[in-house]
Amino acid sequence: MGRKLLLEKAHVPGIRSYEVYRREGGYASVEKALKTMSPEAIVEEVKKSGLRGRGGAGFPAGLKWSFIAKPEGVPRHLVCNADESEPGTFKDRYLMEFIPHLLIEGLIVSSYALGSHATYIYIRGEYAWITDILEQAINEAKANGFLGKNILGTGFDCEIYVHRGAGAYICGEETALIESLEGKRGNPRIKPPFPAIKGAWGRPTVVNNVETLASVVPIINLGGEEYATIGVGKSTGTKLISACGNINKPGVYEIDMTISVEEFLYSDEYCGGIPNGKKLKACIPGGSSVPILPANLLLKTAKGETRYMNYESLSDGGFASGSMMGSGGFIVLDEDQCIVRNTYSLARFYRHESCGQCSPCREGTGWMEKLLYRLEKGEGKSSDIDLLWDIQSKIEGNTICPLGDAAAWPVAAAIRHFRDEFEWHVTHAAEAQTSNFGLAHYADPIHVPTV
Amino acid sequence: MSEIQLFKVTIDNITIEVPAGTSILHAARQIGGDVAPPAMCFYSKLEGSGGKCRTCLVEVSKGSEKDPRPMPKLVASCRTNVMDGMEVKNITSPKVIDARAGIVEFLLLNHPLDCPVCDQAGECHLQDLSFEHGKADTRYEFQRRTFPKHDLGKYIQLHMTRCILCYRCVFVADQLTNKREHGILDRGDHSEIATLIEKNLDNDFIGNVIDVCPVGALTDKTFRFKNRVWFLKPMDAHRNCPTCSGKVTLWNRGEEVYRVTARKDQWGEVEDWICNDCRFEKKQSSDWTIEGPRLIDRHSVIAQGHYAGTVGTNIPTETFKAVHAGRDPKLLMDIHSVSEVNPTDIELSLINGPAHSNNFNSNKD
Amino acid sequence: MVQFSEEKLAKVKELIERYPEGKQKSALLPLLHLAQDSFGGWLSSDTMDYVASLLSIEPIEVYEVATFYSMYNTKPIGKYMFEVCQTGPCMLNGSDNIIEYISKTLGIKPGETTADGLFTLKTVECLGACGYAPLMQLGKHYREHLTKEKVDEIIAECSNTAAANN
Ligand SMILES: Cc1cc2nc3c(=O)[nH]c(=O)nc-3n(C[C@H](O)[C@H](O)[C@H](O)COP(=O)(O)O)c2cc1C
Ligand code: SF4
Ligand code: SF4
Ligand code: FES
Ligand code: FES
Repeated sequence: MGRKLLLEKAHVPGIRSYEVYRREGGYASVEKALKTMSPEAIVEEVKKSGLRGRGGAGFPAGLKWSFIAKPEGVPRHLVCNADESEPGTFKDRYLMEFIPHLLIEGLIVSSYALGSHATYIYIRGEYAWITDILEQAINEAKANGFLGKNILGTGFDCEIYVHRGAGAYICGEETALIESLEGKRGNPRIKPPFPAIKGAWGRPTVVNNVETLASVVPIINLGGEEYATIGVGKSTGTKLISACGNINKPGVYEIDMTISVEEFLYSDEYCGGIPNGKKLKACIPGGSSVPILPANLLLKTAKGETRYMNYESLSDGGFASGSMMGSGGFIVLDEDQCIVRNTYSLARFYRHESCGQCSPCREGTGWMEKLLYRLEKGEGKSSDIDLLWDIQSKIEGNTICPLGDAAAWPVAAAIRHFRDEFEWHVTHAAEAQTSNFGLAHYADPIHVPTV
Repeated sequence: MSEIQLFKVTIDNITIEVPAGTSILHAARQIGGDVAPPAMCFYSKLEGSGGKCRTCLVEVSKGSEKDPRPMPKLVASCRTNVMDGMEVKNITSPKVIDARAGIVEFLLLNHPLDCPVCDQAGECHLQDLSFEHGKADTRYEFQRRTFPKHDLGKYIQLHMTRCILCYRCVFVADQLTNKREHGILDRGDHSEIATLIEKNLDNDFIGNVIDVCPVGALTDKTFRFKNRVWFLKPMDAHRNCPTCSGKVTLWNRGEEVYRVTARKDQWGEVEDWICNDCRFEKKQSSDWTIEGPRLIDRHSVIAQGHYAGTVGTNIPTETFKAVHAGRDPKLLMDIHSVSEVNPTDIELSLINGPAHSNNFNSNKD
Repeated sequence: MVQFSEEKLAKVKELIERYPEGKQKSALLPLLHLAQDSFGGWLSSDTMDYVASLLSIEPIEVYEVATFYSMYNTKPIGKYMFEVCQTGPCMLNGSDNIIEYISKTLGIKPGETTADGLFTLKTVECLGACGYAPLMQLGKHYREHLTKEKVDEIIAECSNTAAANN
């Protein structure tokens, strides 16, 4: 049973209210930080903790904070990224819905560290009822002196506002998010300048994920060093994983990144295995954009070593035989699932969500979707598979923002690992409409050379 | 006065010094020739433009003297500034050539290739781009995108299917007119240039969208289908205009002014913005003081009708293939096919000198 | 002409004040939500022009934004809109069957509205609730773990509410 730092109290009855949250020890980190620590000391603590951004890229949070420009007389802003739209990911929703004050607490401390007097939570538009939950939490915090003017008599002023998006995955990308916050279309900006120099309204801005900012609370309470002892290597602290697809217990789990993928997938404490006695075929371990892995590369690395649920181990083997931690969206596919269909569905998603600004992504995502649809319907040609490979390689790395990469990777990985299933859709077109390629050899043990 | 810092930058093995703050694209243009990457969306005179089309991608093989690490990805040269000691590869990088061919294919994917009936034919940057950097045919086998028709009023014709979403026209409306009325609607591959509610775009400077549009998506209605550009003779001219500089290029045949545009430099960018009055309403030779013929030094089809002398025409003797160093421009329009200006039954090569409307009229009955 | 009530205008003012002075355009997304909720569940060009005037911005700036985001309806919709997620993780859990079932039961294809103007069916991409698949958004809330029976119940519930309000 791993240690829980974020969700430990999530199911205490009434924890959504300020009274219960406070009684359970909430807002202690605000008192500690604002009364006894300088903003610089907090940044130091976060650096020591080794906390990595939980939004997907895994960039060290403390380091990011230290980049923020501090020009004389220019306000700075902290923006919390609650856009959560990467398929497979629903951990931030869980945190905000069940224990909203934890996020507000983390935001106050982080705003103090960064000197933000107006902090915004950019939440995806569909989470309409969570907007109400957050606004209520903000009002309660304010009524109790944790927000507003002169917080706890320390002279620090801070307001938090919730800004609701309106349906656009791309607004999770931090510069698109900023554009959207400014009331514009969610077109990612061309960088440089980076938000730390010129972000919202041209002011220095830090954008962090919900979970990242909530993690600041235990970091301040425990101290950065102690936080860093949890987990392993550069995967410190705990991580929220949202598990879905073909598993017995879909849901959000807090893990301390030392458990193996096998334990996470099969133990009753977490996913509880695959329903109906079915076998594992494949898994997308970190949100839909990260490479899909066949069963045999998921539980063990190409070297035959156990794979663990942490940043380093999940990416062991690079894109050739590994994947990524990404946003922590763990999507499981059982033996009855069709990889071509799944890839098509994801390609449709990325085409739908492309902002359309740059040509490789705007045109390439639609082209891939059409080809995959044709293959899935049994109308494809075997040259389509090579063409798909070529298109994804022309998109990857050549776009304004990483959505292009996010659209290219799933296609690349599916072809890399499941090419024979794609080919089967061409050679057995009619059969592919009524039956399934099945598990095939995807769960076979990997041959590990001993010499 | 503080000294302007000079940075040394090497592009395709040619080293020059440029002031700090210069973009790689501008540095490359100073060297000129093939070293200058193609730019479909960037426009020097429009703030914030560039970065979108990705045709100008280059490889930075050395970041700077201080930090010599290469950049991990290709970068948009129009939006990346040079650093001291930077080394850039454009046409010397196979990666760039390959990526660019991909970008060209993407840009053409949904393009109607209706050059035969397009007024931009002959001065279209996408045409140039496709035969200089593209591959011969497309691998796209799906139906091309279509859009509902939008009307932008009496001056400007919009063909949305040809648009490459460079955003230049939006920047023009934002930066040159006091009230922006058109913009980009919808998103992704459905994005389109529109006003939503049909509006007559008639702001004093809005006509400049025609000059900045790299393709035939925005064209001059007052010129529409009247002629092909390569039959016209460009002349620099000016008038005393109360609104703009009045410095324009007239596109004439004989004494007739067919079209008025701004003067463009070798990169296809205008020298001065001109007003709607000069562009759309002054179509008499007597409106203008003629300065002399304008040399069009773009290497495109338009230069085929290149006017070397003051009078008469040099009819090019070389074949197209020879002019283009062996490349066979597959995507170039075949002007013998359907066109409202060029009826198919006229063998243009048989016409002595530039074609006249008479040549077409006489055949009409 | 559309016009917010006094109470809503006060809300508009409060929303604008959340952003730095002179950056009132930032309130565009929240204002469009408010307008859509207030004026029949969709944004007509009149509504959008009205929002533009409240923020002193050009109407085109509003059109650009309203057409970019998938939650703004620029065409009228039914009284109840079933927005069913169809992305990968939901698909693994049978969302296609649910969409087909709703389609058959209501006699409309995705994107269409029933003749009585009561129901619109729309397929949407990941709603950020993949662990509760298959699911749909209905108004402000999600209806999760959908089955055919649950769909029937929801349809009955909507029809009854609509009948009661008439
Ligand atoms: C297309 C795209 C979508 C993204 N969506 C999200 C998201 O929904 N939530 C999130 O926190 N980060 C998202 N990100 C990552 C953000 O750009 C940014 O890196 C992150 O918010 C930084 O916070 P962190 O360092 O705390 O992870 C997305 C990135 C891209 C390119
Ligand atoms: S990569 Fe896609 S989403 Fe990102 S800026 Fe380009 S078109 Fe927009
Ligand atoms: S209409 Fe022309 S100028 Fe405007 S975005 Fe399209 S291609 Fe660019
Ligand atoms: S010209 Fe540089 S990206 Fe278009
Ligand atoms: S895929 Fe349906 S909610 Fe995420």
